Amino acid sequence: MKRTAFSNPWLPILLLVPQLSIIAVFFYWPAGYAIQSSFYLQDPFGFGSTFVGLENYTDLASSTNYLDSLKFTVLFTIIVTFLSLGIALLLAVKADKVLRGARTYRTLLMWVYAIAPPVAGLMGVMLFDQSRGNLTQLFRSLGWDYTLGVNYWDTAIAMISVSVWKQIPVNFIFFLSGLQAIPRSVREAALIDNPSGMRRFWDITFPLLAPTGFFLLIINITYALFDTFGIIDTIVKGEPGNNPMTLVYRVFVDGFRGGDLGGSSAQSVVLMVLVLVLTIVQFRFLERRIHYT
Amino acid sequence: MAKVTLDRVRKVYPNGFEALYPCSFDIPDGELIVLVGPSGCGKSTLLRMIAGLEEITEGELSIGDRVVNDIDPANRNIAMVFQNYALYPHMTVANNMGYGLRNRGLPKSEIAAKVREAGEMLNLTELLDRRPSQLSGGQRQRVAMGRAIVRSPDLFLFDEPLSNLDAKLRNQMRVEIRALQRRLKTTSVYVTHDQVEAMTMADRIIVLNAGRIEQMGSPAEIYGAPASTFVASFMGAPPMNLLKGTVNGSGVLLDGGPTITRAAPVGHTGPVTVGIRPEDIELSDDGDLPFDVDIVEELGANRLMHGHLGGQPFSVSVNKDMHAATGQIKLALKPAAVHFFDTEEGRRL
Repeated sequence: MKRTAFSNPWLPILLLVPQLSIIAVFFYWPAGYAIQSSFYLQDPFGFGSTFVGLENYTDLASSTNYLDSLKFTVLFTIIVTFLSLGIALLLAVKADKVLRGARTYRTLLMWVYAIAPPVAGLMGVMLFDQSRGNLTQLFRSLGWDYTLGVNYWDTAIAMISVSVWKQIPVNFIFFLSGLQAIPRSVREAALIDNPSGMRRFWDITFPLLAPTGFFLLIINITYALFDTFGIIDTIVKGEPGNNPMTLVYRVFVDGFRGGDLGGSSAQSVVLMVLVLVLTIVQFRFLERRIHYT
Repeated sequence: MAKVTLDRVRKVYPNGFEALYPCSFDIPDGELIVLVGPSGCGKSTLLRMIAGLEEITEGELSIGDRVVNDIDPANRNIAMVFQNYALYPHMTVANNMGYGLRNRGLPKSEIAAKVREAGEMLNLTELLDRRPSQLSGGQRQRVAMGRAIVRSPDLFLFDEPLSNLDAKLRNQMRVEIRALQRRLKTTSVYVTHDQVEAMTMADRIIVLNAGRIEQMGSPAEIYGAPASTFVASFMGAPPMNLLKGTVNGSGVLLDGGPTITRAAPVGHTGPVTVGIRPEDIELSDDGDLPFDVDIVEELGANRLMHGHLGGQPFSVSVNKDMHAATGQIKLALKPAAVHFFDTEEGRRL
């Protein structure tokens, strides 16, 4: 890294001020406020608050609703990440082999990326709708009484399918560019060394895709945890009832629908810690092991 | 070890571009053949077709007694050394070399023994546990060689393996590859655009130009009797001088004045291209060719004089003991060292 010397020590600080103030206003301040309010019990009508120490946190630990959301979130994240990565990788490997019309084919696969999450959620709702949904009708004709918003797992299936569908194009683009970054001669060397296409993929291509794959893993976990909010919101419409929801969505529901700002803040803090841990894991342990050059 | 036979092998790309016109030749067992030519001449395409990385449009390719047109690269029992080495970045040197063997289902102990043996042959023993990123260019080149050797293939294929090395290392590796190939007696095809590599390494050279074979022969034949003006100017540094002229009795009248006496193509009249190697010329005060020297290049072992002969560009190479200066001097030719080519297709007369 090139070091630049500034003659005036205030200049670099001045140059950083715009960026730092944006971070301060939009991240540190609300984050600090969330941490602060997580120690208070807010009056639902906004007439004041009482300091309750760690009670909001201990309440979380003993709340079956919260623990249920936690379990669902873990499951949801694993399934969404696994499926969206897996399907995208499969599509990328196949698209990489297409010779004729490759550009058109790739563009078609990337299109979904341009759809906003709420729209994707809405399309999901329409497909899975209780009475009119095309998929619902298909399931019915197969003898499966699918009821979105009534049955816990039926709702979960809709959430997972739409979330996976929405994320595939991003992963696809990255995997495809990752595949194309593998030198042609390395693939050809493998072609001479190994007759089995499947083995070549696992022995050569997959390890060389690992840096891309790891980056996407982190992106997808973050996506499943946080960015699926829009999709979930469209499906459960702010009134989840007995339906599953992720931790992020619970922060919203408990805070703004339930009026429990203190408890909701405590949940946000837990999520912040989770993000911090994820980031540390990414940079400290994994990233080092998968870069070869 | 095996003989390789190409029978009217041809390559046409889907867009209609004919990369290689039908060509036929044999490579006898144990011979090192060099495919040489400028970029885009089809030499790499030909090599890649032999490797199986490129489909053969027409014709038949056999390695040993087997027609391999439809056989996968991995099942042709060949080994290839790539220009940029193409090592697997996530594997150690030992695994890079052993990967092909592992896929053939050889027991681990046998693979380890072969890798060790190849490692010793190439001075890689110390490096077997390293990753390619920790090696220098020359070491990577050796690993790529090792990967080819351990497989004991029927055929080695080299795709400009030395072009990424610096000049000194290139000379050293050139000798090493040649010595190794002699020792292993493995049939080899070596692609290069460097005519020095072609001359020094080849048992036989195939000169390619625009998808066609220009000439095939031993380095001495190619150098001594080039089949066309293309070969004449491509092989040899500095290249052969090519002068335009007209046959005039027992001599040739060069465009721009001077006449070459005592040398003329047999049974040919009219315009002709005269080829003279820069080193086949003597400086002589009673010579009959006036040569205007513009520049003298000092090469150490010899000197190159560039200038004009009757208005046509001309170069002469002289021994370092000879005095060389700019200005007009006289040249004398050895009649036996004058080559003639027709002016239309550049074929040798």
